[in-house]
Amino acid sequence: MSEAAIQRPPEPPRGWSRQRIAGHVLMALWIAAGIGLVVYLASAYDPDLFARFAPNYLSGLKVTLSLVGLSALLGALLSVPVAWARTAKNPLLAGPAYGFVYFFRGTPLLAQAFLIYYGMGSFRPQLEALGLWVFFRDAWYCALLAFTLNTAAYQAEILRGAVQSVPLGQWEGGAALGLPRWLILRKIVLPQALIVALRPYGNEIVLMIKGSAIVAIITVLDLMGETRRAYSRTFDFQTYLWAAVIYLAIVETLRNIIDRIERRITAHLKR
Amino acid sequence: MEGTAALLAFGPDGWGDELASGVLVTVSLALATLPLGLGAGFAVALAKQSPERSLRMAADIYTTIFRGLPELLTLFLVFYGAQLALQHVVSLVAPGASIEINAFVAGMVALGAVFSAYASEVFLSAFRAIPPGQYEAGDALGLTRWQTMRLVILPQLIRLALPGLSNLWLILVKDTALVSVIGLSDIIRQAGIAARVTREAFLFFGIACLIYLGLAMLSSVAFAWIERRVGRTEPAR
Repeated sequence: MSEAAIQRPPEPPRGWSRQRIAGHVLMALWIAAGIGLVVYLASAYDPDLFARFAPNYLSGLKVTLSLVGLSALLGALLSVPVAWARTAKNPLLAGPAYGFVYFFRGTPLLAQAFLIYYGMGSFRPQLEALGLWVFFRDAWYCALLAFTLNTAAYQAEILRGAVQSVPLGQWEGGAALGLPRWLILRKIVLPQALIVALRPYGNEIVLMIKGSAIVAIITVLDLMGETRRAYSRTFDFQTYLWAAVIYLAIVETLRNIIDRIERRITAHLKR
Repeated sequence: MEGTAALLAFGPDGWGDELASGVLVTVSLALATLPLGLGAGFAVALAKQSPERSLRMAADIYTTIFRGLPELLTLFLVFYGAQLALQHVVSLVAPGASIEINAFVAGMVALGAVFSAYASEVFLSAFRAIPPGQYEAGDALGLTRWQTMRLVILPQLIRLALPGLSNLWLILVKDTALVSVIGLSDIIRQAGIAARVTREAFLFFGIACLIYLGLAMLSSVAFAWIERRVGRTEPAR
């Protein structure tokens, strides 16, 4: 029977199923909420308020981004020896590395920040003797330290997982070609591992940007800190809504960038 | 060492009982949030795989918002925003009345929204791992759609989603630390009070961290047990 001879039944008319009604109602609610937000922010627009707080928000944004950027970078550096120690056969190396990773992944970032910022105050005389007190006195440095250690633990696990996801045959292939281990790692294993690691790395950075809001509690004036300060001065709810809009914009931009990079570097895997 | 033991003792002089009540608040908040987050997450996951485009879009917007906002900001938005909105409504009905939002409920709603946004993704990928033949088999047996879901799909879904959900549970327990900021007496807040009074900040925040680690270990044990139980019905392959 030829293709044309098959009589297909006509498409059933698209009625108003329950799902369709629910979907339209929910979308209408979202759209109404979006319009409501825009209208509210526009009607509550106050040039004085803007002139007073917009520069604060900008400097808060800078603090957030520099804190996340710097600790992500330092954490990446620190994660390499941790991941290496974690996979070592020597239990004296693997044990402490496991403990480090377990501690920083198992406790809230807020508790870690408190432990460093407030807790280190217990050792003030010793720290002053060592000349380290200047560092621990400043909330920004404490936040940086807490974030670096925290993300180092997460990134070490990402790195370890990614390197271990590369089949052993790749190492053996390199060894059969007489390449030194370091070269195999750098030229053969890491490029494959990074494809696997890209998405978790991206998620980790997104999580850090979101998590960085907690430094406002230990008195760092990041975006969240500036928002809380503005709210405590004005009791105007739009201060929080602006912060929400900014955070959402940053996170969505980042997600899009990661998606794009992933599409690019996995182009050879597509069929 | 003795001083430390005295500080942690239960009773009027020690802080052991305060910390224990903090643990109770943290655990009960996490446990109260869990069914809320699971239910909402499941519903959002169902919406995400619906053939209806508008429903999918609405669900995607939900996840985008609650995955993109910092948890702390979500908490503040719920806590202050709901307070303002309710105040507004109440003042229409009864002018002059003041209203206060319960911090526990605000924490539950905010953390539940975040949890459900992530859980919907876990459920969605679990749904996608179930072959369509399972639904067809349910139809062939004359089961209703609801029966197919309950008797055929859900048991498999739980097995597939469990690792992801256990991860989310651990994140939820850690996120409860944030409610200390809106005045709920959880572990962190109690440890903070103890630290301020006794000037032993490192000790008390260190203990708070250890309590969270203990909760994480306990959860791992519990999940291993659940996984074994659920896995028992797995057909041998």
